[in-house]
Amino acid sequence: MLELVNFYIIPGLVLGAVYALAAAGVSLVYGVMRFANFAHGDLMSWGAYAALAGVAAFGISPWAALPLAVAATVPLAWGVDRAFFAPLRRAQPAVLLISSFGVALMIRALIYLAWGPTPATYGLGFSPPILWEGVRLQRRHAVILAGALLAALLLHLLLARTRAGRAMRAMADDPDLARITGVGVGGVIRLTWAVSAALAATAGVFLAVDTELTPLLGFNVLLAAFAAAILGGIGRPWGAALGGLILGLAEELSSYPVLPGGAPLLDPSYKTAVAFGVLILVLLVRPQGLFRGMG
Amino acid sequence: MLLDAEGVTGGYGEADILHGVDCRVGAGEVVVVIGPNGAGKSTLMKALAGLVHVRRGSIRLAGEEIANAPAEGMIARGLAFVPQERNVFASLTVAENLAMGAYARPAAAREGSARVAAMFPELLERPRALAGSLSGGQRQMLALGRALMLSPRLLLLDEPTAGLSPKFCGLIFRKVREIAAAGIAVLMVEQNARPALAIADRGLVLAMGRNRAEDAGPALLANPEIGRLFLGGA
Amino acid sequence: MEAALLYLTTILTLAGIYAALALGLNLQWGLTGLMNFGALGFLAAGAYAAALLTAPESAQHLGGFGWPWWLAWPVAAAAGALLALPVGAASLRLRADYLAIATIGFAEIVRLVARNEDWLTGGPLGVSGIPRPFEGLGQPWGPVAFLLLVALVVAGLYALAQATAHSPFGRALRAVRDDEEAAKAAGKDPGALRLRAFVLGAAFMGLAGAMLAQFFKFFGPDALDPVATSFLVWVMLIAGGSGSNRGAVLGAVAVWALWAASDWLAAQLPAELATRAAYFRLFLIGLALQVILLARPQGMLGGRG
Repeated sequence: MLELVNFYIIPGLVLGAVYALAAAGVSLVYGVMRFANFAHGDLMSWGAYAALAGVAAFGISPWAALPLAVAATVPLAWGVDRAFFAPLRRAQPAVLLISSFGVALMIRALIYLAWGPTPATYGLGFSPPILWEGVRLQRRHAVILAGALLAALLLHLLLARTRAGRAMRAMADDPDLARITGVGVGGVIRLTWAVSAALAATAGVFLAVDTELTPLLGFNVLLAAFAAAILGGIGRPWGAALGGLILGLAEELSSYPVLPGGAPLLDPSYKTAVAFGVLILVLLVRPQGLFRGMG
Repeated sequence: MLLDAEGVTGGYGEADILHGVDCRVGAGEVVVVIGPNGAGKSTLMKALAGLVHVRRGSIRLAGEEIANAPAEGMIARGLAFVPQERNVFASLTVAENLAMGAYARPAAAREGSARVAAMFPELLERPRALAGSLSGGQRQMLALGRALMLSPRLLLLDEPTAGLSPKFCGLIFRKVREIAAAGIAVLMVEQNARPALAIADRGLVLAMGRNRAEDAGPALLANPEIGRLFLGGA
Repeated sequence: MEAALLYLTTILTLAGIYAALALGLNLQWGLTGLMNFGALGFLAAGAYAAALLTAPESAQHLGGFGWPWWLAWPVAAAAGALLALPVGAASLRLRADYLAIATIGFAEIVRLVARNEDWLTGGPLGVSGIPRPFEGLGQPWGPVAFLLLVALVVAGLYALAQATAHSPFGRALRAVRDDEEAAKAAGKDPGALRLRAFVLGAAFMGLAGAMLAQFFKFFGPDALDPVATSFLVWVMLIAGGSGSNRGAVLGAVAVWALWAASDWLAAQLPAELATRAAYFRLFLIGLALQVILLARPQGMLGGRG
């Protein structure tokens, strides 16, 4: 039982927290702008590397470098939207998809140019885990879980309780009606990008703390993020967050020796396929997601 | 004249749907626009609301030119539009829909809510219900309420009674008269031409994107030719 | 002189293989409107089929029958087509963006299977020792002969693609792509039509994979960079004006020529600059795509009618 908790459930929750943040960011942009942003993963990587720059330059911890990561990623998102996505908004969604694919490669190339392909770490060092009744929780995992929870709460407050958040939801619901009620489309789009980029940067830093920094960091989880977003009902950030949690747990639990004889449900070398498997299953069986999404 | 649209020409793409349409609404007046399907009635509403491009012509609201002005600025000018379909935010609650009505001036939200509650008391019975779960009639009331939150000068309604039961139709027309009595001008497209003209000060007949006739409401009703061509049977 | 000739034949051979890939993708996207970001999966299926059939026997992987290329290549095309059947049946009803995501997922699963099931595919080490047709002719005539073979295959695929586009089947596909409801009203079955086009395109991709495996004389799960390859093929399609088969071939050759030229330029630089140049090239390709899309967004839709 303890083994299940320490080696499967906790890592599953931590991975799920990262997926949740990434999925919420991707879902937000999709809901408000009807746009599957394939560059979201590389926004995550950008944030993670910005934090690395902060850690290297000022000797701070990656947690303290989080605001730096956000401050570096939000303008990138704005710039990319202004330069490449905004002019294509009237085009077919397929065009935006391809464009975002290209933007993803451009961002990744810049990271390669600046830091090279060798993996890096924040050098967080070792600190004793938190022990409670046999449950071992690494401090970094505790911070990630708490941070993700805080981010989710803030996102909820923004969307449910503020005028700006309501405008975002109105635009996601019906862009023409939103304009009729006086919503300034440009402002909502800028805000949506800012929140999505902030979520991406945070997810990127958390993921880099949990694993390591490579230029492919964000891209590797991009499909899992989309899978979680679709699972939760695309366009619904809360659903996406929950979907992320479920996906993270499923991925870790899939290698738990649950079958008689000590075999796991799925060979651990196929772990990354869990997200894709879930994605394909959801798209086949219930494309509108587990929860009522916006289509 | 509160609204003075002259020679409005335009459409959705290459082809024009409206060919030089004139339309005038005075303060506190109820003007009804009728005509056969495809006459351009909805297109006229959308052009006035800033959602359809006006190629030629002018639209003046209280003397100010608003043709092709951005749609999101209309509510601040006192022009509120209720489209025929998709006129509420289905995934927002009733209360949030009304709050969106006051988006342009959030400070006026409380006062607006009180006014709307007085006119549509049933609406505020379940403020946390999702707008998408409401019946057709309730949805229409919500759409109207949303448009009234900031006390517009001019209310544009596109077929407010479409698909509603006779009970709700009567209710909507009664409310329109109430709204006009409060000093708000109403320009309304209606397929339910007879009862609409009965409560109207003036009626405008549109066909093939052009003006066909214009007269006081009762006069149009009594006109046998109008009756035959545009009002359908008895 | 001979080195230059060999280099040129290599570039042209790979351009031809990409052209075959682009023609297959054009059947799916240009003609039918299906957004497939997982072309690599079908390519890999064909590549492994050809590899396992033509390579000599080995304990590392299945097959190894030493078949000649003209027996193996049709099987490779069939492998691509067979794989496309379940993928297509499951996902073709999806919207463009969902289909794109699903096909990326599918290609990734193919890669994982190739990497993990070593009894079948030789695992991460892949299949090596694949014979190349006409090797017996020595240098430089062997590679030249192979290039001619590839060129012939591409010409054949082009003819087939053109014939398909102008056939009643092609017209029906365009009708479904442009207005599905109207096509249904006219009695067409959009699902079946799309599946056929998808499978045919995948067969082209499988064949391209076979040619690639026998050209490289090796194939493994990491033989191609999945991201760069899928992206490159789309850039080729868009640069050439998607919807047009001629555009697909021209785009493939042009983009590949640029890619190879930049590769050559980078090789002239000192070592540390050379790797940076590779990343710079990646950046430029992404930027080039943006410029094309912005300048000509209808270039995506091209060839209507």
